[in-house]
Amino acid sequence: MQKKLILDSDLLDITISRLCQQLIENHSDFADSVIIGLQPRGIYLADLIRQKLKKLAGKEVPVGYLDVTFHRDDFRRREITKASEIRIPFIIEEKKVILVDDVLFTGRTVRAALEAMIAFGRPSKVELLVLIDRRYNRDLPIAPDYVGKTVNTVQSQKVLVELVAQGHQQNKIWLINKD
Amino acid sequence: MSRLSQKHLLGIKDLTEKDIELIFETADTFKDVLNRPIKKVPSLRDVTIANIFFENSTRTRLSFELAEKRLSADVVNFSTSTSSVKKGETLLDTVNNILAMKVDMVVMRHASPGAPHFLARHINANIINAGDGTHEHPTQALLDTYSIRETLGTVTGKRVAIIGDILHSRVALSNIFALQKLGAKVLVCGPPTLLPKFIKNLGVQVELDINKALEWCDVANVLRIQLERQQLKYFSSLREYALYYGITKARLDSLKKPIIIMHPGPINRGIELSSDAADSAHSIILDQVENGVAIRMAVLYLLAGVTA
Repeated sequence: MQKKLILDSDLLDITISRLCQQLIENHSDFADSVIIGLQPRGIYLADLIRQKLKKLAGKEVPVGYLDVTFHRDDFRRREITKASEIRIPFIIEEKKVILVDDVLFTGRTVRAALEAMIAFGRPSKVELLVLIDRRYNRDLPIAPDYVGKTVNTVQSQKVLVELVAQGHQQNKIWLINKD
Repeated sequence: MSRLSQKHLLGIKDLTEKDIELIFETADTFKDVLNRPIKKVPSLRDVTIANIFFENSTRTRLSFELAEKRLSADVVNFSTSTSSVKKGETLLDTVNNILAMKVDMVVMRHASPGAPHFLARHINANIINAGDGTHEHPTQALLDTYSIRETLGTVTGKRVAIIGDILHSRVALSNIFALQKLGAKVLVCGPPTLLPKFIKNLGVQVELDINKALEWCDVANVLRIQLERQQLKYFSSLREYALYYGITKARLDSLKKPIIIMHPGPINRGIELSSDAADSAHSIILDQVENGVAIRMAVLYLLAGVTA
């Protein structure tokens, strides 16, 4: 098994700062904007973005966590994954939602997230922010609005995100070759 | 990954402690779903479920049907009063005919103990026992223990008294198994004629005095006197039973500490439970019903996933 480092702690910090600057450009005062992190791993990135936005723009943007387990289209086709908590402490109706996930791969999770989100209201706009965009692997016509880093991968490879918030020593993003 | 150890839910006896915990955790998330404005998820949209009830039921059947619909399953209902069972069709024939119409899961209630086990040996669909005679009623025990966990924070170490008609009760047996697996202490209480002869072999305490039982326990699960199953006279009169074993507000108020009152329903008001006790702050009877839907959603969801 080969491991290749894609992003280290410093680069990750720069990347998140850049993503936040792009968000500030598009949302200016964040009056109607909310961030929704996708369970289980997107929530850590969502929290990092919230902290960074507070630092850079002095704005406290509400963050929610969304779990898409019950909306997946591969239920009964593979092992059951455990559902995580959904915590959306605000009303989505007429808000600008920034969906946040760590890795964009087939796009199926994002499709499920769009469906799951409808139960909480009708947003005026939905954007997608991902840390890693795995190019050439999309099953669905889904494209991110904000990308931390684009990597070229093949199906058998895996992107591993290790964040301090998840209990790791250092922030590190790896590309893993399974063979 | 998380999955149940069983393909069917025939009884609590076959489940492991881990299975029960998994069902509880899944039920937590479904309870969340049920409190949202849109109470539906699409998980089981390609699954067809037959509810086959050979015995009467309101709560269980309604609860299962709601759980199925909240999960977006297709549901067909069947009850004996309107079916060909009246014309003499066997159980296996009936179910095989239903399965020939491409049904994935069967929820069955039957008057004969072991009927769902028999089916599980002969057919391919997932089977959920919704009560088989005087044997088991697993989803009721799951929702009862789930309600205790919700109210007291945990089931482990709690003292639970099961009171009333133990002899004819499938709820009692399933509850004993579930409570013991989760580490609770169990006591049964009732007139000697309504206690099974070797009940002590299950590792439960036996108490004939209701006041002592109530004083001992944290939770009292009160069972219905099942007159429809009693071919003999087990006690002199309902009035006498109510006098000696009926739970009243006065009896609850005389205890040193408050306890929780549960009842699987339907209540015979004024017999095993007086109205003032059933509607008091002690009672979590309606919470049990609410939790029933979340627990059944969890069971259906987890079992449907096993076939993959």
